[in-house]
Amino acid sequence: MSQELIDAITDMREDDALEITDSLLETNTDPLAILDDCRKAMEIIGQRFEEGDCFVPELILAGEMLKEISVKVKPLIQEQTGTAKKLGKIVFGTVEGDIHDIAKDIVAFMLDINGFEVYDLGVDVPPARFVEKVQETGATVVGLSGFLTLAYDPMKETVAALKAADLPDVKVMIGGGQIDDQIRVYTGADAYGRDAMTAVSLAKQWIGGQ
Amino acid sequence: MFNAPENWKKLTAQEKRDARFASWMAPDLEFATPDAAQAYKQRIQMIKDATDLKKPERVPVLPWIGVYPTTYGGITAQEAMYDYEKLGTAFRKFNADFLPDGLASAALMGPGKVFDMLDYKIYHWPGHGTPVDTSYQCVEGEYMMADEYDQLINDPSGYFMRTYLPRAFGALAPWQMLGPFTDIIELPFVGLGMIPVGIPPVQEAFKTYLEAGQAVMEWISAVGPIDGASIATLGLPNIIGSFSKAPFDIIGDTMRGTRAIMLDMYRRPDKLLEAMDRLVPIAVEMGVRYATVSDTPMVFIPLHKGADGFMSNKDFQKFYWPTLKAVLLGLIENGTVPYLFVEGGYNQRLDIITDPDIPAGSTIWLFDHTDMKEAKKKLGGWACFGGNVPGSMMKAGTPQDIENYVKELIDGVAQDGGYILANGAVLDDTNPENLHALIDTGKKYGVYK
Repeated sequence: MSQELIDAITDMREDDALEITDSLLETNTDPLAILDDCRKAMEIIGQRFEEGDCFVPELILAGEMLKEISVKVKPLIQEQTGTAKKLGKIVFGTVEGDIHDIAKDIVAFMLDINGFEVYDLGVDVPPARFVEKVQETGATVVGLSGFLTLAYDPMKETVAALKAADLPDVKVMIGGGQIDDQIRVYTGADAYGRDAMTAVSLAKQWIGGQ
Repeated sequence: MFNAPENWKKLTAQEKRDARFASWMAPDLEFATPDAAQAYKQRIQMIKDATDLKKPERVPVLPWIGVYPTTYGGITAQEAMYDYEKLGTAFRKFNADFLPDGLASAALMGPGKVFDMLDYKIYHWPGHGTPVDTSYQCVEGEYMMADEYDQLINDPSGYFMRTYLPRAFGALAPWQMLGPFTDIIELPFVGLGMIPVGIPPVQEAFKTYLEAGQAVMEWISAVGPIDGASIATLGLPNIIGSFSKAPFDIIGDTMRGTRAIMLDMYRRPDKLLEAMDRLVPIAVEMGVRYATVSDTPMVFIPLHKGADGFMSNKDFQKFYWPTLKAVLLGLIENGTVPYLFVEGGYNQRLDIITDPDIPAGSTIWLFDHTDMKEAKKKLGGWACFGGNVPGSMMKAGTPQDIENYVKELIDGVAQDGGYILANGAVLDDTNPENLHALIDTGKKYGVYK
């Protein structure tokens, strides 16, 4: 483990993090160990985000650093070892008619570093695609994102489509700038969240019965 | 058009503002009835009193309206952007039926034909990337590249003309081939300097540009009378004649995009700060100029990327606030009133924005998810504020819910004046009963005794 690399990432020192990665690779550090340090760093950043100590710029920069380090490290990994077991599957996307993705990406990122397998369908996703993806993956949680009030009706339609597809074990969470309990009731979703942390705790509650 | 008095330069900011309000109150317009004329004056007086932190006759009711008038009028948002007759029928009906204290302006829908002609890339609009019955949406992207800060800083207009606009509008892409106007400084340089203008694709781009200008004239000569009729017959003042933006949002919304500007905060903070400084006088000049041309003192400023959760308070104080504050001070100095539409939550920012350098009674803050009791505590006696009736309730609540919410706001935070009743999020989706509940409760219950 390289505490130096973890610190560089969590302190948002991008240049240092990349240099440290280079020198670790030059000294024949196991590439998988480097990726493991990245994962630890991401967990710390996720925690800080939860505690209100870091914000969107830090999440975006951390994501960039992770991408840059992966580009250096991944070609050196000989064989893929089995990936870590995921807690559960979540289908995620911004509902039909809405093209906003910043908040959706943050929630997907937080779910991912908390151990969930996230199938991100992107933006402007029609109800039928959510249904198909749930059927294909066997996911038990669906997350619907929407930035504007125009997302209310597509969210409602998506919840209805999931119900109509007879997927009784699937739970739906909704979130976004204009979402509150009144809209949860309106759309028929199981829960709503004001922030990414709520999404994580809901997912933990729903998957694995915690 | 606001005609500044001869002694303009000698006036204080407050005197300038009073002059702008007086001119706004006495428009060059024939009212249909004496009642309409009086209602118009009364409404502006209420807004002025609220701005001045006094108790007006009653709480001004200024819902911030999006595409809802189209739904209400039985047309789509797409039709409203292309068929100006339908646009007019819908907006006139909306204003007449709801009678808010400020006009719901048909101009805010925008001319769809012009966006089509120019091949506008930065937005999707009804029927052009987004559903026909919902609002326009921004397409996040890097329309300005990371290594272009110096170009923007050195020559903002040149950068816009030759780099930014060619990316923002497909039809103007050939403008990339233009040289800077500043080449043309001496006789022998004129011929050479003009060469790019003759290149066929550039000529084609200018032709489209001129045609789009013509289409804009068709649009504004249709839309002007639509709004004019509502003002003249109903006495509804147009509130939004001018606009500006926080420099961080100018760069973050439609130039660098959210992701890129947030990376810039780490990767090239000095360039970002320098560019935002450079945009301050530009943002001030734009707000003042539109206020003068439209003869309305209000300068609408939507706030986006400084909301709670977007960045730390430390970064807000470093990146967002200083240049926004400079824009506000510049607007105030010129007698205009920054009319801030504070999207998202500002609960963490209230101590910062209530900056003692900003004179009391010179700004208006309409909030969305900000705690109004806290806002009252912090802004009371310093700035007019309002907003906050939730978009969710406007959509999914009952008229009774809304009436209760409005009464609670008025009882809780409006008692000392300096308050405007408004919804929190742009009103795209509601029903007539709920909107009546908002406006009518405000009017009935908001009378100051």
